[in-house]
Amino acid sequence: MSIARRIADDQPTHFAFSAENKQKIKVILAKYPKSHKSSAVLPLLDLAQRQHDNWLPTKAIEEVAKICEMPEMRVFEVASFYTMFNLRPVGKYFIQACGTTPCWLRGSDAVMQCIKDKLNITSGETSACGNFTLLEVECLGACVNAPMVQINDDYYEDLDYNSMAKLINQLQQGETPQSGSMAGRQGSEPASGATSLKQGDSDAS
Amino acid sequence: MIKLTIDDIEVEVEDGATILQACETAGKEIPRFCYHEKLSIAGNCRMCLVEMERAPKPIASCAMPAGEGMVIKTDSNMVQKAREGVMEFMLINHPLDCPICDQGGECDLQDQAMGYGTAESRYLEPKRAVENKAMGPLISTIMTRCIHCTRCVRFATEVAGVPELGAIGRGEDMEITTYLEQALASELSGNVVDLCPVGALTSRPYAYQARSWELTHTPSIDVMDGLGCHIRVDSRGNQVMRVLPRHNDDINEEWISDKTRHAIDGLLAQRLDRPYLRGRDGRLAAASWDEAFTAIKKAIKKAKADEIGALTGDLADAEAIFALGQLLDKIGTPHRDCRQDGAVIGSATGTGGKGAGGYLFNSGINGVDVADAILLIGTNPRSEAPVLNARIRQNWLNNGVRVFRLGGAGDLTYPLVELGDDARVLEQWCDGGLNKGSAVVNALKSAARPMVILGQGALNRPDSMGILHAVGRLAEQVDLVKEDWNGFNVLHSTAGVVGGLMLGFLPQKGGFATPDMVRALEHGRLKVLYNLGADEVDLSRRHSDSFIIYQGSHGDRGAGCADVVLPAAAWPEKDATYVNTEGRVQRANRATFPPGEAREDWAIIRALSAVLGKKLGFDDLGGLRQAMISAVPEFDEMDKPRSLKPKKLGRKQAISNAPLQTHIKNFYMTCPISRASVTMAECVKAFVYENAGEDAGEDAG
Repeated sequence: MSIARRIADDQPTHFAFSAENKQKIKVILAKYPKSHKSSAVLPLLDLAQRQHDNWLPTKAIEEVAKICEMPEMRVFEVASFYTMFNLRPVGKYFIQACGTTPCWLRGSDAVMQCIKDKLNITSGETSACGNFTLLEVECLGACVNAPMVQINDDYYEDLDYNSMAKLINQLQQGETPQSGSMAGRQGSEPASGATSLKQGDSDAS
Repeated sequence: MIKLTIDDIEVEVEDGATILQACETAGKEIPRFCYHEKLSIAGNCRMCLVEMERAPKPIASCAMPAGEGMVIKTDSNMVQKAREGVMEFMLINHPLDCPICDQGGECDLQDQAMGYGTAESRYLEPKRAVENKAMGPLISTIMTRCIHCTRCVRFATEVAGVPELGAIGRGEDMEITTYLEQALASELSGNVVDLCPVGALTSRPYAYQARSWELTHTPSIDVMDGLGCHIRVDSRGNQVMRVLPRHNDDINEEWISDKTRHAIDGLLAQRLDRPYLRGRDGRLAAASWDEAFTAIKKAIKKAKADEIGALTGDLADAEAIFALGQLLDKIGTPHRDCRQDGAVIGSATGTGGKGAGGYLFNSGINGVDVADAILLIGTNPRSEAPVLNARIRQNWLNNGVRVFRLGGAGDLTYPLVELGDDARVLEQWCDGGLNKGSAVVNALKSAARPMVILGQGALNRPDSMGILHAVGRLAEQVDLVKEDWNGFNVLHSTAGVVGGLMLGFLPQKGGFATPDMVRALEHGRLKVLYNLGADEVDLSRRHSDSFIIYQGSHGDRGAGCADVVLPAAAWPEKDATYVNTEGRVQRANRATFPPGEAREDWAIIRALSAVLGKKLGFDDLGGLRQAMISAVPEFDEMDKPRSLKPKKLGRKQAISNAPLQTHIKNFYMTCPISRASVTMAECVKAFVYENAGEDAGEDAG
């Protein structure tokens, strides 16, 4: 069962887009007809979230509602519908771990267990150090390299217990791990190496 | 027209009709939760599944347009099985708390589970639970019962025009709530309780008060505003338990305002249940009917006929006004008025009532649906007639009608072209001045069905004759009254006044109107005033020699400064006739009996007339109505809106620059009943003062 999505208790009293983001908003709004500003709600919410430590306070929702000329409730519905929007503060590393069938069959439970062992958090929780937040999500569309997690904007695939532990270690030391397949696969070829299209410029190991 | 076959019955429906509507045309009942005639189509409950020939799976009939030659089956095995499946899913998370649910007995889910539910559940996992939401003093929420039909969300967004309700989260976590759990700030919020097909949203004042099968249903007419909404009064024993709307497409569709619905607890408080007489010590003391009548007889005998006047209030029924008018005729006084706010309409038309032109909502309430330009003058329809305001909003949503506003402030739930609040611009428009004015004049002129709506706020001013005159000129210039369209409208906000105007309860030759009567009472020119429920008039500065008879249902302002108080039945306690703002004559029916010694208004007047030796010529309600009909034949035609051509409106008079505004400052308290209501007081606290949410949210969670 996924967590109940509730807004943060401690809300900032003010939110305003930065000057740089205001420019971006102009570009985004220009893509849609003037009478349909509400079309820009998703990119604007994303922009607000990126500006605000990866979560959306209600003031940001109200600001977006104002810009998009939508009732606040409509924007809040959107923000609460998508798991990509965080309505309460999250750690510096926001881990979205896929638990949908392909990932689960390929061992997502072990990945979750690793996170639990290393950080002592389960879905919806933030680690004691405040740097890591875990959310179990549905399919993120990288099933060929299951199991996988998304950390902030990057995908880390072909995980198992050890590679997940390594990933966490690197993050804890402030490094930025190389995204992609942890098993070193290129593209989506079979784990045992390419079986077709072998000729050409493939430099797969 | 489209022809299709439904269960071997061939039906013809209009283009754009849905299969569900076609099924209803064929007389087939389709179960539904999310679909509602007056709301947009959501198609999310899936209960209305039917079988269509050559379609691989059942289709949702509410969302599927009917097509030529379709063959639909509504009672096949496939349909039954499909609906059983839907019902099983619906019941997975629905609690089995029908015995303690207020919706029990009138619940769509309960009813339809009888037809499509299985005897036992196959679901063994834990059911979900949802926190209750705070939605204000009128709506009680038990959100675990919610089946996510989104009717309430669509109502708030489309009809009420307050898009504060929504569905947050997704999947199993989806919850219906207001934004940050604020109270639902709409005058129509109570309607979501009717719309809710389950017990998720129930009436908070009515919570755990009664079961639907214990209630006696009495069809009646609402008196809280001038629309005369069709309602059903549900009573148990001698108490009105609740008021629900009755369907009437020409007046209120399926909605009523929160005041109509919830002011009824005011019927239990502050009631006058016995006559009172002011003693030597200046205090009102309980008295018998005989004592009260004797005191009145003494006072009337002492005064000359010309020194006696009468006022009727906002809730006065036509029978009472007629009886009082007859009594005044017998006494021989010309001083009388049914417009306690001092409005000039009625007499302004020259003939003074009795079918005189122009004081009605002449386009008809359903005329609002087809109007193509609307000018509001000194009115706030949202507080004066919320249901009418919802119609204007519908017209804006459907046809984008342009609405202009002269005078008044506040959100009306649709865009307005603001024209300021200076009534003098009306004259300037007619003289061809002001650019802003020309926009409204041109819009009205080019409209096929233009509408001007005059509120009481424009008619109860000292310079109202001038305003009426200017509106009359404007009406001529923009061709407001056409052969098949009368766009001149007066919006009355009370149930009693139009009846009084139709009966001609207006100053006779040489008589005083309300403001003059109040002044004459202060100077001692008027010695006796018969106050039939006029509680909005300030009579506190009356002359010490004067004698005021108050007849009404509540110990409100009027009774406070009376010498004799006669207890009368309140609106649900009598069979009475009311005339709405369209001039539609409607009958309200008795649901309960008046408390204590209180009697019906006309009966009190009839009894008093005998004591005074001026016996009126009828002995029962039937006789009274006969006499009323022979005096004003319009009362014989029930439920028919009237349209009167405005003639010679007002007279030339300088218009002041006093701002035009609505006369209703507080929607929730406009009459003795609503002022006595605890629920209305809570609404005032939650919505009028701006601390909404905090107090309202006490029982949430």
